[in-house]
Amino acid sequence: MDEKIIKSPENIVYQKPRLMNDNTMHYCPGCGHSIVHKLVAEIIDEMQMQDQTIGVCPVGCAVFAYRYLDIDWIEAPHGRAPSCASATKRLWPNHLVFTYQGDGDLACIGTGETIHALNRGENITIIFINNAIYGMTGGQMAPTTLMGMKTSTCPYGRQADLHGFPLKISDIAATLEGTCYVTRQAVNTVGNIARTKKAIRQAFENSLQGRGSSLVEIVSTCSAGWKMSPEQSNKWLAENMLPYYPLGDLKKL
Amino acid sequence: MHNDHEILLLKGNEAIAHAAIRYGYDGFFGYPITPQSEILETLALLRPWETTGMVVLQSESEVASINMIYAGGSTGKCVLTSSSSVGISLMQEVIPYMAISEVPALIVSVQRGGPGLGTIQPSQSDYTQAVYGGGNGDYHNIVLAPCSVQESCDMVGLAKELMMKWRTPVIILSDGSIGQMMEKCTLPPYTPRRTDEEIRQQCPWAVNGLGIKSRKPNVVTSLELDQAFMEKRNKALQEKYKQIENTEVRAEYYLTDDAETVIVAFGSAARISMGAIDILREQGHKIGLLRPITLWPFPNNEVLELSKRAKRILVVELNEGQMLRDVEWASQFSCPIDFIGHSGGVIMTPDEIVEKICSIAK
Ligand SMILES: Cc1ncc(C[n+]2csc(CCOP(=O)(O)OP(=O)(O)O)c2C)c(N)n1
Ligand code: SF4
Ligand SMILES: [Mg+2]
Repeated sequence: MDEKIIKSPENIVYQKPRLMNDNTMHYCPGCGHSIVHKLVAEIIDEMQMQDQTIGVCPVGCAVFAYRYLDIDWIEAPHGRAPSCASATKRLWPNHLVFTYQGDGDLACIGTGETIHALNRGENITIIFINNAIYGMTGGQMAPTTLMGMKTSTCPYGRQADLHGFPLKISDIAATLEGTCYVTRQAVNTVGNIARTKKAIRQAFENSLQGRGSSLVEIVSTCSAGWKMSPEQSNKWLAENMLPYYPLGDLKKL
Repeated sequence: MHNDHEILLLKGNEAIAHAAIRYGYDGFFGYPITPQSEILETLALLRPWETTGMVVLQSESEVASINMIYAGGSTGKCVLTSSSSVGISLMQEVIPYMAISEVPALIVSVQRGGPGLGTIQPSQSDYTQAVYGGGNGDYHNIVLAPCSVQESCDMVGLAKELMMKWRTPVIILSDGSIGQMMEKCTLPPYTPRRTDEEIRQQCPWAVNGLGIKSRKPNVVTSLELDQAFMEKRNKALQEKYKQIENTEVRAEYYLTDDAETVIVAFGSAARISMGAIDILREQGHKIGLLRPITLWPFPNNEVLELSKRAKRILVVELNEGQMLRDVEWASQFSCPIDFIGHSGGVIMTPDEIVEKICSIAK
């Protein structure tokens, strides 16, 4: 068949999202970040919001999200993305404003900023990649690290007396008056990826309609930090992460 | 909202709040701390979001406030925060991000006695923090030092001009006495806030959506993995600082023409010094004042020129001698330099300065 026919719009079943550029991604093979990036790019394009979207990057492996998605970005200091997004949305109320944060960024150094932005009901979306580890700095313990899980700073496994307990920040977020939508999703299977996409879309719609804060937690893999192959990581996620961080909506108004 | 000058009796802090609305600022983000809470309180009372459309938000911490103005400035909006000593310390995290990313924003620092929680009384002990920066990396802030309620008001307008012109954080370094004292203040007429379209035109670098014309994406970031490129950014920043040093120095002279003794003081210490100078002039002393209005860039040439003419310099500060080092350096030790200071919230009286002068200018 002629290449032109193969590439004609009606025959395309899969393609790179228009908002994703050709910069080489720095993510490890099998990393959840790259999958979520693609979903975010698709959704912004589908909503035709490219011209009115401001993203806020975290400090974490997604620090370079601005290299891959062709929208305007602010790179926030570690944990402070919700403050950046709060002000941005208040100053540009018709824009779609979202943050993209890891667990260390959102649930540790930035816990205060996260809780208060959500509690104020800022009309923003927080996309929260929970991989239970500090990926970027080389696999240290995160607030979300599971009990018994080994990381470079809890090499004998997380224990309650030394390290406390894994933080379910989305459960806390669901109790806040300011949130309208809190959901926990995953990107380890094709089905879960589709559900995650729907959830982010829902959150973005909420933000644009001024319904309050939305938090989309995405349970993800960090094959490098977990020291596993991508395939093993997905299996480990299903067997260990999901029982502690069960999927589904925690709040939907 | 009649669009005219208005003369009111105001505290320095209140004047700053009125001025922010009238000079067309887009947003204020702040956290309560004495002695500057009147800024947020006055804004809350005036409700500018219903008139000019200015956003006012009480944040959850000074860390949040500074990030809010970092982001607001990144989108091209004209924003400010205010705090005092320990609160300004918390903000040091993000000021370097703004400096290297060339984000305009205004930080009002109403100093109190330190270190630590210290007192809630007036002080100038955060000179070093403002001028040399408590954050990381090679950067400066433009630092403006008001000595009256009127000047506090006017500097909100000047800061807007400077921060937009140079794309840099600007600090108004006030203190508890200027913030709290009441004086007559002529408020400026209302300048309308810029429209989103005007912001896009004036700030083509800003992060505010690609817009209908779909320009290339903008990114505000301080991160650079390539050290050679990072150094290039640093060098460019230093180049900008040189231009600022060459063009933006501001200082006031008071009776220096024939002065044998020159006091160098800024802010409220300058006000107190003026009182002392008036007494000393009556006694026949040839004495005057050089008041740095910009603390960075510092009036180095002005200090040098006077120190070559004068017999002596007295530096007066409400701290243990912070600007003193800059005066010494600028003067190239062309004449003897003396110092008198109080700290921890203790304010000096004109009489103390008079006594000091009488002891050194015998
Ligand atoms: C103030 C500050 N402290 C520490 C760091 C170092 N740091 C960079 S990324 C990171 C952890 C990121 O982990 P997470 O948010 O879970 O993101 P991930 O890489 O796992 O996606 C840390 C501690 C920093 N950049 N800034
Ligand atoms: S270290 Fe982990 S989170 Fe970071 S890119 Fe690699 S797999 Fe992803
Ligand atoms: Mg992580």
